[in-house]
Amino acid sequence: MSDEKALSGEKVMNNKIDSYKRRFLAQSAVITGAAALGGGLVLTRVVQARPASQAVSSKNRWGLLIDTRKCANDCDACVQACEMEHGWGRGSSDEQRSSPAQKAQWIRKVTLRDRTTGHETSLPMMCQHCAHPPCVDVCPTGASMKRDDGIVLVDKHRCIGCRYCMMACPYKARSFIHEDLHGQKTASPRGKGTVESCNLCVHRVDQGKIPACAEACPEKAILFGDLKDADSEIARRLASEPSTEIRGDLRLDLGVRYQNI
Amino acid sequence: MKPSTFREISGNSGGYWALLVFLGLLIAVGLGAAWYMEHNGHWVTGMNNQIVWGMPHVFAVFLIVAASGALNVATMASIFGRTAFKPLSRLSGLLAIALLAGGLLVLVLDLGRPDRLIMAMMNLNFMSIFAWNIILYNGFFVIVAVYLWTLMERRGNRFTRGAGLFAFLWRLILTLGTGSIFGFLVARQAYDAAIMAPLFIALSFSFGLAIFMLVLFASYRWSGRPLGDDMIHRLQRLLGLFVVTALLFVAIYHLTNLYAAEHRDVEQFILDGNNVYSGLFWVGYILLGSLVPMAIAWFSPFRAAIGWVTTAAVLVVGGGMAMIYVIIIGGQAYPLQLFPGKAVSSSFFDGVISPYSPTLAETLLGIGGVGIALAIVVVGIRLFKFLPLSLEDARVDAHDKAE
Repeated sequence: MSDEKALSGEKVMNNKIDSYKRRFLAQSAVITGAAALGGGLVLTRVVQARPASQAVSSKNRWGLLIDTRKCANDCDACVQACEMEHGWGRGSSDEQRSSPAQKAQWIRKVTLRDRTTGHETSLPMMCQHCAHPPCVDVCPTGASMKRDDGIVLVDKHRCIGCRYCMMACPYKARSFIHEDLHGQKTASPRGKGTVESCNLCVHRVDQGKIPACAEACPEKAILFGDLKDADSEIARRLASEPSTEIRGDLRLDLGVRYQNI
Repeated sequence: MKPSTFREISGNSGGYWALLVFLGLLIAVGLGAAWYMEHNGHWVTGMNNQIVWGMPHVFAVFLIVAASGALNVATMASIFGRTAFKPLSRLSGLLAIALLAGGLLVLVLDLGRPDRLIMAMMNLNFMSIFAWNIILYNGFFVIVAVYLWTLMERRGNRFTRGAGLFAFLWRLILTLGTGSIFGFLVARQAYDAAIMAPLFIALSFSFGLAIFMLVLFASYRWSGRPLGDDMIHRLQRLLGLFVVTALLFVAIYHLTNLYAAEHRDVEQFILDGNNVYSGLFWVGYILLGSLVPMAIAWFSPFRAAIGWVTTAAVLVVGGGMAMIYVIIIGGQAYPLQLFPGKAVSSSFFDGVISPYSPTLAETLLGIGGVGIALAIVVVGIRLFKFLPLSLEDARVDAHDKAE
């Protein structure tokens, strides 16, 4: 009897261990599953990179928010970073024969002075990546184009160098190449007789990186992000803080916004 | 009125061949200039990232605008019943084609990549006025060629009115398109005005007629064919009418701009600046290119005085070039207003008046376009029956009153 009792006690114990095991396994599975699934969800929110096989989507609209209060008058780190990234200006030994008025400038520092008070503001100026870009409208060949994610750029292989886009751009964002170039950067093809401008570092954006200018700014005055993602920092700040479009009267719906002008 | 007899010019004289050689030289020099610019790149020109369209565009736009205007003489005869001008219709069509060809060649050879032109024609972006113009310009060649066929081929005569009307409408749209290249540039203070399109039409009337008169007078004088006073006087008065029409549009354009406070600064720059544009506008276009030709057109001492009428036509052409220079170069020289009301400066010449001095190569390319246009006419009138044997008064319809 006592043996029987002992045996049945052992059985109960074994059953309990089994149920613990089962519960443990089930719980682990749920936790692992949740971690895997949830983690995946979290990851897809964080990682903005898009596989090269996937087409650009209009679900994104890339843009910049530039806080001019943080932009020092004598700093041109953003300009220099752009020059190095795309191989123009100080980032290239080309364009030696072009006059200063003929040399390309993808981004430049502009100083504004209030005529009455004398107050000065400094800001970087580049392609504003309009939602309704006049350069794209006027381009006869379609070389000037806007990607679905809002990036405006030039297909250098289709550009015939008519310069109508330069006439149409309200921001003077474009440059014409006046002479032969050598040693261009792989990611930034450029060429004599064609027009070029800031392309929001499209090659970096496609790799999930931020544009060179935004990365280089020591004061973090240039914020890059997805204007259509309500949770992105740029969208949250644009929703809660005042910002300005340059020549907003033209209703071009710019991808680049400024603060404190 | 007897129907006119059309004949090729004999074209055997030393003068004819000297003229052809001269025009050939202009073309060769123009092509050489284009090669020099394309081979080196545009750094050898006066153009830059501020003045992106330079002297070649002044020539090209002038020639293209004049091309559509040159067709007006034919239009007057075929559509508006000015039978006195009927003998001139063929030359009018030929000159229109020739001027357009010359203008387009200059435009194309100034492209950064003219070798890719075929790509432009195969991938048209129909939002672009440039793309529309490619169709309008090519269509113009075809339509005017058909119109010329209806004039010169007996079987086609009955279609002349229809073809003439179609060519007239097409040329109006073509010039609207050329003017709209500027009218739709919203960001530029000097452009961005709907009136640019009709302004270009008004200018085309006077430019086209002036060149037509010069070509007509020269070809009749050099081929020894008679040209009556009545025909000279009709053309003279028509030129005066066209010049005053253009002047009216120019006045409206500037007055409306002057009234709008946002455009006042650019108007002051063009009209009252101590610069080349104000000089070209007031002395070149207004005084020499408009007022003097108007006086010659209407004051009786100059009536049918071929020397004076030729002078008037030359002045209209010169004044027209000055006006196009002011529109194209002056409009770009004035800085973009990125921050209205603020003083702006940058390394990229923001906020400053951009200087421009055309280089010899740019001007020679433009002159090459003129050479091509004139060479087409000179060869055309030798090969085909474009010119009536006589434009004596007795042959001009007396019942068709001038004006």
